[in-house]
Amino acid sequence: MNAMKNLFWVLLLAFASSALAAADLEVNTPAISTIKASMQARHNKLAPFYASGAVGLTRDGNVAVRDASLAPLAERQSMNAAVADENRDRAALYREIALANNHPEWEAEVRSTFAQRWIDKAAGGWWVQNAGGAWIKK
Amino acid sequence: MQKRLVGTFAAAGLILAGCVTINIYFPAAAAEKAADKIIDEVWQLKQDAKPAKPAGENTGETKGDVK
Repeated sequence: MNAMKNLFWVLLLAFASSALAAADLEVNTPAISTIKASMQARHNKLAPFYASGAVGLTRDGNVAVRDASLAPLAERQSMNAAVADENRDRAALYREIALANNHPEWEAEVRSTFAQRWIDKAAGGWWVQNAGGAWIKK
Repeated sequence: MQKRLVGTFAAAGLILAGCVTINIYFPAAAAEKAADKIIDEVWQLKQDAKPAKPAGENTGETKGDVK
């Protein structure tokens, strides 16, 4: 009987911990890791453009060329390419997170959550879009 | 006694399973936490704290933080 009781508590704990785990979003899939690594590698390329203000963080969770004239002429083409690649990765990231949690319809909410967090975490001096879409310097 | 215990098991199981599966609303707090973790990794914001660690190990550690 005691063994039975013990088993009950063990099971209860197991269930409770799985319930807790469900409160977290699943973000550890191979697809997400691949996208993350690609974005991480690209960050070194984009960081100087964020700092100079040539590229800013948009309110919809993307990056955008804000003022190309702030980037050296020779780098503008690669900057544009990096921005396009970054946005492609970001779209894939938001989609994959929604999919990894079996809620593809969450994609837009994942995106808006990220949009807010990218902007909140942006370094001082970087340009970000406010809720109205205007560029402001952090 | 035995029967009652089985009943309790089943009830507890159902209730708890219910908690797990009924998750149709977007978990905003969990999403923020996940976003912060990913942003820290992509922008390497926690770099000074642990400089020369490879990305793999880094991921493991942040996962630990998340609970």
